[in-house]
Amino acid sequence: MTTPEITSQQKAAQRLSERQGKPANLWLDAWHRLLRNRAAALGFILIALLLVTSLLAPLVAPFHYAAGDSSEAHTVPAWLIDLLPGNVASYAKVSSKFLFGSDYLGRDILSRLIWGTRVSLPVGFIGAFTALLIGLVYGCISGYYGGKLDNLMMRIVDIMYAFPTMLLIILMMAFFKSTFADVRPGTVAATFNAINDVIDSVMGLPGGGMLFIFLGIGITAWMGMARLARGQILSLKEKEFVEAAHMIGAGDGRILLRHILPNIIGPCIVAETLAIPGYINTEVFLSFIGLGVDPPTPSWGSMISDGAATLRAYPHMVLFPALALAITMFAFNFLGDGLRDALDPRMKGTS
Amino acid sequence: MGRYIIRRLLLLIPVLFFISVITFALAHAVPGGPFDREKPLPPEVIANLEKYYGLDQPVWKQYVDYVTDIAFRFDFGPSYRSRGRSVNDIFADHLPVSAQLGLAAIVIALVIGLPLGILSALKQNTLWDYLGMGLAIFGVSVPAIVLGPILILIFALALHWFPVAGWGTPAKMVMPAFALGLRESAIIARLTRASMLQVIREDYIRTARAKGLSERVVMVRHALKNAFIPVATILGPMFAALLTGTFIVEQIFAIPGMGKYFITSITNRDYPVVMGTILLYAVFLVLANLAVDLTYAFLDPRIRYT
Repeated sequence: MTTPEITSQQKAAQRLSERQGKPANLWLDAWHRLLRNRAAALGFILIALLLVTSLLAPLVAPFHYAAGDSSEAHTVPAWLIDLLPGNVASYAKVSSKFLFGSDYLGRDILSRLIWGTRVSLPVGFIGAFTALLIGLVYGCISGYYGGKLDNLMMRIVDIMYAFPTMLLIILMMAFFKSTFADVRPGTVAATFNAINDVIDSVMGLPGGGMLFIFLGIGITAWMGMARLARGQILSLKEKEFVEAAHMIGAGDGRILLRHILPNIIGPCIVAETLAIPGYINTEVFLSFIGLGVDPPTPSWGSMISDGAATLRAYPHMVLFPALALAITMFAFNFLGDGLRDALDPRMKGTS
Repeated sequence: MGRYIIRRLLLLIPVLFFISVITFALAHAVPGGPFDREKPLPPEVIANLEKYYGLDQPVWKQYVDYVTDIAFRFDFGPSYRSRGRSVNDIFADHLPVSAQLGLAAIVIALVIGLPLGILSALKQNTLWDYLGMGLAIFGVSVPAIVLGPILILIFALALHWFPVAGWGTPAKMVMPAFALGLRESAIIARLTRASMLQVIREDYIRTARAKGLSERVVMVRHALKNAFIPVATILGPMFAALLTGTFIVEQIFAIPGMGKYFITSITNRDYPVVMGTILLYAVFLVLANLAVDLTYAFLDPRIRYT
């Protein structure tokens, strides 16, 4: 043993002195543990950067995502040409106008990647948000009240769970695409389309059809969270502190919000952070098969799909969206793993 | 044991019944029919087509006809889009391709995932452990949609080790199987490591060591067999999903598999193909889970089925 072992008492004393006598704060402690984890901190910084990029997309992106001249199609950036395999240099148009080259319609790949963060990140966050919102409330009610209600609510979840999620989303997207295609005023479809238009214009992606993707992912995202929350509550509601809260006359709402929720929110946040790459991947898959966002809205999935079609001739078209997707997924997984270690140090390295 | 297997196989009937009802209802609830075209067909033509395929019948009759055809003649009906081909023909052409690819992917996943998971549990906080955990993060962060094109770029276009895409020779199978299997191997490695770490702290492992068994026997016969139980659990659904095909890898590598056909059938409203594939998936899933349950009994003698 080269490094001196510190006893747990010494560790506690050290932490106490770091806090300079202030009382322990679970969230602050977790935050410090998170920052000490280099991979998690890197993930956090990357996600922050991506968020800023997507917010400032109109300022950051050199071109508009739909603007392109087909005479400039398939240009390869000069710096990349020697790195690409094959003899791309012999036939491709080389240009320094686009940093990452242009796609089959002459649109700047970098700009489309930047605008594409406005699709991928919201999909991830909305998925996690709806899962927390619906799943947590559903699971809390089911677990806390128990009995017949619990049985009924969980069987509903079981039935939805048994159905393959991907298939459900695909069928739903096919349903949305065909039902909401015709717009006659006064119908439900028209209302949905109006809401969708508002959302699309707020996000700066007119005609993207984002609402339908949010719906598709949101409807299928909450079931796992409902199970997790219910399981946590089942073990917590018999604890002494809940009993004590009952004794002093706290109502159900107060007990759930003030006593139980703070105790279960940690694992729920961790689970959702780790689920975000899954939501992003779902949107990428949907756009890849043509059921995602509507063109010309840039989605990394449709960019990969376009690029994969001409992979042999113009590899740069698929390279950058693929890398962007991988980096984003890495960032969320790093952050999620780090959050888990930070919020529950006992769990470290076990799963 | 025999009775247990028969009971589980009989359970297939209600499962398939529910799944067929739900998919049939969903497929018919989605507006638009299989004969919608950019340029609408004349109504007489559509009426004739619907009559030919029995779509003019009431929905319940369509369902009953469909199910009896499958149950008594193993006939999944005609495809609406691929004229002259029945769903059985499509299965015969495309399913073996997907199944081969899926099997290769599972083999790769097990060959990489299992040893790495075991090593990283036994040699915790060493290079092996970091390698295993690195793979675990890499596998879940790099989906097939990213890995596929990157593999083609590096190993086909730059190094010329493997053909770019296609199907038919073993060399063409390597990259797609790897693209499919890596994620699964990451999941397996992670799970193996976690359950191995749990098992080697059990009392019966200490007992086995105290008996004076060699470390190898303790690890293989006592630890590994028990640690494999949760891994076997996830292998069931993984198997069923991979055997019935995956769209992305088949699309990127131009493989004539079932996954690609399935997705195009959904957008084309080719209901018989969609429903047939889902039913087949359900059968695979139930059979795979049965096989998993039977391996439990082998892995842990305390588990018995009667």
